Amino acid sequence: MTQTTRTANPPLTTPITGGVGESPLRPDGALKVRGEFAYSSDLWADQMLWGVTLRTPHPYARIRSIDVGPALAISGVYAALTHEDVPGQNAYGLEHIDQPVLAVDVVRYQGEAVAIVAADHPETARRAAAAIVVDYEVLEPVDNAETAIFGEDVPKLHEGGNLVRYVPILFGSQDATADVVVTGTYEVGMQDQAFLGPESGMAVPAEDGGVDLYVATQWLHVDQQQIAPALNLPQDKVRITLAGVGGAFGAREDLSMQVHACMLALHTNKPVKMVYTREESFFGHVHRHPAVMHYEHGADRDGKLVYVRAKMFLDGGAYASSTGAVVANAATLGVGPYNVPNVKIEAWGAYTNNPPCGAMRGFGAVQACFAYESQMDRLAEAIGVDPVEIRLRNAMSEGSIMPTGQLVDSAAPVQELLERVRDKPMPAERTSEVDIRTMPGGASNTTHGEGVVRGVGYGIGIKNICFSEGFDDYSTARVRLEVIGGEPVAMVHTAAVEVGQGLVTLQAQIARTELGVQRVTIQPADTSVGSAGSTSASRQSYVTGGAVQAACAAVRAEVFDLARERFGVDNLALEGGKVVSASRGVLADLGDVLGDKAIEHTREYRHRPSFPIDPLTGQGNAHVQYGFAAHRAVVDVDVDLGLVRVVELACAQDVGKAMNPDAVIGQIQGGSAQGLGLAVMEEIQLSGAKIRNPSFTDYLIPTILDMPPMVIDVLELADPNAPYGLRGVGEPPTISSTPAVVAAIRDATKLALSRIPVRPEHITGT
Amino acid sequence: MRVKFTVNGEERTADDVWEGESLLYVLRERLGLPGAKNACEQGECGSCTVYLDDTPVCSCLVAAGQVQDREVRTVEGLGSEDELDPVQQAFIERGAVQCGFCTPGLIVAAHDLIRRNPCPKDAEIREALAGNLCRCTGYEKIIDAVHTAAAHSRGEATS
Repeated sequence: MTQTTRTANPPLTTPITGGVGESPLRPDGALKVRGEFAYSSDLWADQMLWGVTLRTPHPYARIRSIDVGPALAISGVYAALTHEDVPGQNAYGLEHIDQPVLAVDVVRYQGEAVAIVAADHPETARRAAAAIVVDYEVLEPVDNAETAIFGEDVPKLHEGGNLVRYVPILFGSQDATADVVVTGTYEVGMQDQAFLGPESGMAVPAEDGGVDLYVATQWLHVDQQQIAPALNLPQDKVRITLAGVGGAFGAREDLSMQVHACMLALHTNKPVKMVYTREESFFGHVHRHPAVMHYEHGADRDGKLVYVRAKMFLDGGAYASSTGAVVANAATLGVGPYNVPNVKIEAWGAYTNNPPCGAMRGFGAVQACFAYESQMDRLAEAIGVDPVEIRLRNAMSEGSIMPTGQLVDSAAPVQELLERVRDKPMPAERTSEVDIRTMPGGASNTTHGEGVVRGVGYGIGIKNICFSEGFDDYSTARVRLEVIGGEPVAMVHTAAVEVGQGLVTLQAQIARTELGVQRVTIQPADTSVGSAGSTSASRQSYVTGGAVQAACAAVRAEVFDLARERFGVDNLALEGGKVVSASRGVLADLGDVLGDKAIEHTREYRHRPSFPIDPLTGQGNAHVQYGFAAHRAVVDVDVDLGLVRVVELACAQDVGKAMNPDAVIGQIQGGSAQGLGLAVMEEIQLSGAKIRNPSFTDYLIPTILDMPPMVIDVLELADPNAPYGLRGVGEPPTISSTPAVVAAIRDATKLALSRIPVRPEHITGT
Repeated sequence: MRVKFTVNGEERTADDVWEGESLLYVLRERLGLPGAKNACEQGECGSCTVYLDDTPVCSCLVAAGQVQDREVRTVEGLGSEDELDPVQQAFIERGAVQCGFCTPGLIVAAHDLIRRNPCPKDAEIREALAGNLCRCTGYEKIIDAVHTAAAHSRGEATS
């Protein structure tokens, strides 16, 4: 080997740890395990009052009168406010401004807010709220989505009628016929996000006549946009800081206590804290849309799909929330990750008097996936092939065309994901040595194996990542680099909401990678920096990640300017706290180059644009990126008692780039658990539009006994359009675990099971 | 009423306590110890778990008056100022914390399990933590964390 010119030593840098692709520990972890992390329900201020909401017990009623006098007569009560006290516009909403801050002359769902009270003790406030006299004329509620839109003599719940949105998707021929046809009607019950930290926050009146709000939410700026008009304040007088968020999953996308607490604080001129009880929380946020979906799949004798036709009814409840976008997702993703030449899907979102529905992890894709995956299993049976084979024969791939006409222009490894979960070793068969804790029914000792049948099922889903349909979906990041205590430190400031997923960790990882510094501080999220958009649609790593990367790049470019001036060389890099030249190696410590200068830049990041869909045909490049996950579920079913135990879940998901591999696994495990919950236990049960089970005693979510071990494969097929090639992670695993679990129960029981959650009586037929 | 009890080794007094207040409320709102959490306040989720005279209880179900002259230990009292308890450390290390709202209750429950059973098996961990709901993690990393904490408590190194 020829000796090359020897000039400088290679860069002598200590590698930065905790950059992109590693799994550094959460920066908020120590506070959280010590119990010292300040959640929105932990806030406290001197002279603080407690706010409480009076809610209607009736799903549909006219309000004849409201008398707050008896509340005000109670000692310790500082305010009792109604719609008459709303300082500004008494209406808010995400897509449609259709929901009153406090009800005026009509209530449209059980639990709608009618009045608010502030008192010096929460119990005093609750008693005062109960003392308010509201005279209602009770009306017959509209409690069915299809009837609400198409029924005769149904009352119009809003001025424009009961249709929130209709989305048709017409693709290929509408007259196609097929040799093999399978049909089915599928129902999804109303799921609750059931985050553990209840809706809460504290509003503090400010000397400038504005208000400072500390709250757990998902999108600070969209809260601000809705709160300010209601308070009749300019937006800059409503300053919002993110308080610790105890989970979200979509339920914090709409306002809950925000305006109420601000009204009480401004009225009393004292800090006001509001914390919902668990029961109130079931009435205080939107839920997952219940759905009824009629599907017809036509295929040739080999099982290749010829057409899919579907009619889907999604119940939006009393106010629109994000129903329009949910309906569009259900429709545009309604055939699943399959190549289908001819499609006719119609989806309707309705106003009813049921609880309002909006965002929940999976957002319209969950409902559709249960239906299309159930149909694929029916088709497999009709053709006589196994469930994975039917899916493989129809699997979409990069280059496929969606029923919207959109080209799928990055990785869509549907086939590989299915093969991976199929090829995982099966969990061990049950032996004669029975540990009853591993049986359906568990320690309740309901079986020692008699009547227990094992089943295996598969599911795969597709989800749009980021906001769709032409939404200006951006994020903002401010990054500052300076020397603190002799060491270069990066500060990252965004309004992006950490809900537990690990965005704060990720922002620091990006700054370390881009700026080659070890120390990064993440400023509290607030409205003093530009909008970050919502923590939803699996979008924050992509969009806020992109913004942090862009702001870091701007900072880095300025550092390079300084270095270029000083050393007269190009091709620079920041590594291990040093400024490094490609030709001369380490030039200087980053701290030396910075001196006492602080470099700061703010950048907005936008993903490539999406476009509206044609309202008559549903055609258009609606979505930014698609995410995919597949599951295999193995279950044991006690067919005599209808009890199910999920033995194992296998999952394979493409994440483009595992930005933080441990956090990716955490998302897949947690998302899969929520899908399992919808499959076998989670439903807000309604009767006459009233919630029958608003508690954790009666609304069940999976416990540690219900969740099986998971076997997980993570694929990293880079999306060239996305920062670092990443693909949104949070939602896909929630989508496909549900149909996989239900398919496994069907496999064990040979029952059709077309409604979720599957209840014991569906299995026993009793 | 006045309630006097020991919290994390320190004698504390709460005045003007209304008879209907829970231990959870007194800890969080009167004594500045918000570590125990208020996720359901009906004994279903375990997020408010604290030791009462060395027995883990849901502090939301304990009337404040019941703790008069007794000893309470909360998640804030497990580690020292400089050092986390092995259970706390393991929860961070193994990624068992996401939103963290269930975490304080789970840590107290896991701490109690490891005291009683220094080498718990998966099934025993599941049984011991069955009263603690978590909505973020799917529980698997929590099980990992308990194993790690148990190993640390036994003085073994873990990877």
